[in-house]
Amino acid sequence: MMIQTRLQRTTRALIQRLSQGRVAYILAIAYIALGTLLVYLSPRSLIAFLIFVSSALLIYYVRIGKVAKLSLAILMAVVLLPIVGVRNIFYLEVAFQISVFAALALGLNIVVGFAGLLDLGYVAFYAVGAYLWAFFGSQQPTLLHAIPGTAPPGAHFVMSGNMFYLFVILGLAVGALTGIVLGLPVLRLRGDYLAIVTLGFGEVIRVLANNLDKPLNLTNGPQGITPIQRPTLPAPLLDAIRVVLDPLVGRRVTDAQFYNLFFYFAALVVVVIVITVARRLDDSKIGRAWTAIREDEVAAIAMGVPLVRMKLYAFAAGASFAGAMGVLFAASRTFVSPESFSFMQSIGVLSMVILGGIGSIPGVIVGAAVVIILNLQVLQGLSLFLSELRQSDAVIPIINFAWKDLSNQLDPAKYQRMLFGIILIVMMIYRPAGLIPAARRKNELMKEDAAEALDENGQVNDGTA
Amino acid sequence: MALLEAQHVTKRFGGLTAVSRMDFVLDEGRIVSIIGPNGAGKTTFFNSLTGIYRPEEGDIHFDGKPLIGLRSDQIAARGISRTFQNIRLFGNMTVIENILVGMHTRLRQGMVQALSRGRAFHEEEAQAKVQARTFMDFVGLSGVGDELARNLPYGLQRRVEVARALAAQPRLLLLDEPTAGMNPNETDEAVSLFRRVRDELGVTLLLIEHDMRVVMGISERITVMDYGEVIAEGLPAEIRKNPRVVEAYLGRGISEQAAA
Repeated sequence: MMIQTRLQRTTRALIQRLSQGRVAYILAIAYIALGTLLVYLSPRSLIAFLIFVSSALLIYYVRIGKVAKLSLAILMAVVLLPIVGVRNIFYLEVAFQISVFAALALGLNIVVGFAGLLDLGYVAFYAVGAYLWAFFGSQQPTLLHAIPGTAPPGAHFVMSGNMFYLFVILGLAVGALTGIVLGLPVLRLRGDYLAIVTLGFGEVIRVLANNLDKPLNLTNGPQGITPIQRPTLPAPLLDAIRVVLDPLVGRRVTDAQFYNLFFYFAALVVVVIVITVARRLDDSKIGRAWTAIREDEVAAIAMGVPLVRMKLYAFAAGASFAGAMGVLFAASRTFVSPESFSFMQSIGVLSMVILGGIGSIPGVIVGAAVVIILNLQVLQGLSLFLSELRQSDAVIPIINFAWKDLSNQLDPAKYQRMLFGIILIVMMIYRPAGLIPAARRKNELMKEDAAEALDENGQVNDGTA
Repeated sequence: MALLEAQHVTKRFGGLTAVSRMDFVLDEGRIVSIIGPNGAGKTTFFNSLTGIYRPEEGDIHFDGKPLIGLRSDQIAARGISRTFQNIRLFGNMTVIENILVGMHTRLRQGMVQALSRGRAFHEEEAQAKVQARTFMDFVGLSGVGDELARNLPYGLQRRVEVARALAAQPRLLLLDEPTAGMNPNETDEAVSLFRRVRDELGVTLLLIEHDMRVVMGISERITVMDYGEVIAEGLPAEIRKNPRVVEAYLGRGISEQAAA
């Protein structure tokens, strides 16, 4: 008992010493450098990548100046990650997916986390954005009377791929509009009823996408729409970037890789915008009204908060980001089909929000990262590892079990959903507020310094708890 | 002219008539109580005033303008604010945020201002926080602004509710059993707070209250309800002697003894 408390005290002291002052700077930079180096030298190592990614968390928790934190984060996201990402393009894909889903989760967080409206069909807005660009950015407008799957002569693109930029903005607007159109009849409902209606709406959109190949072929049905155009990347610019990037990467960067980079950066820009918007709205009259509605609708309306309008704001804000991300998604994949917008996708985004911390912006981002990495890397990595074992002659010593007898059914990638279920249950028991729980802003005017000190104490407690 | 005027207000729930043809007049600047046994329809009347229920019959005028058909938030914007019988704070918001929500209708910022963060926005936010602190000081809540509302002790939560209601800068404040669950000391403090609300802020007060010490001590006029109807109205001294009131509270036998 005594030893344990002493041990705890020493660890706490150690963490405290390591997480502040000059030591913290050195630690953070060293860790990032180590991660980068590892990923750079062994582009296929899962552990190296995890170390690299986790340095983002370190930057978040370590107590260094705001400017330093921000510049380290920018260095990682804008310089280091693209370099190691081009060396192993799979990392860039992971980073891209994290950004896409972080933006989606942040959008859903406005609806579920801030305003407390359980939306189980969020992915519908994503689908609306994706199909918006899939339709106009492909040959589909000239195929309206064609049978799905056939390519009659005269099919051609109706607009240039550079309209993509305009359509990202349009996706924002159309998403918001869809949110309002759905919200108007639905937002008088509460709690469970709202959840069920949004669930239904999500399915309606998916089924529409599936079936709107007749009478007019708008969505090309279950086969999906392809090819979808991308904006053209100007060759002189690419060549200019190559001068710097090629030596860093160690080989010539291909045009396809440039597209990967482009969409990664585009998603990153959207994420930054979403974070800014979410933070600003949260810290305003609108955000307070949302939280008030979440806490107690009757009291909120009695204080003069117009319920329906505020809920519509939340729905529209959340939906607009999904719409914009949908456009980006369609362009990056050059292919869109109803499968990508299943109910499980909505649940997936929701579980990122819950896992990370409902209502907490950094939490939700971490939630998205954890889910994506678990999905794309850890589980796949384990599967790969097991299948390699299976092909070898290795035997588990004591029980004398040959790895090659291991059933294919035990492939970890097949247990993805179960694993998420277990993780969510464990989280709900031990950390119900999420990985990084939401905290209320300190607002007292006087004692700015005291409030700041308190904030820092709060962080220290978080770090050691 | 009367600040609040209700005529023939009737509210039914299925076969039950909770408020029946109720007439009620409240002059500006008064402190008035509504009393009556449980289930007499007092809270239903409050809810009809604040738009939570819509009465089947009757008219309600506030400051000469009709209230019926308005939503709760519109009524709040017109200048009627309230507290609740069971405290209804925004538990996971800080005390200051609770009060800032009370100011919702007074703040001019919208979506655009919140996103663009111009100077006007920052000034309004800063000013609102200063104001919130003055309301906190007024109800005696200094120094707990950053506490989550749910973490405060019961008595302080009651005060936050009053501060939040005052932050809307109402002309009429409805208090639904504001001293329920308080000890005599807290009750005395609450009563003097309510007096200051009227005297210093000029807010008209309408209370629902069971504690007779509070009712008799603070009210300038009292309305008594029973079974959804007004059975008496008058000065505290008159109400105390009114046989129908005694009967409603204590039953017929006792009132006959009292009359004898």
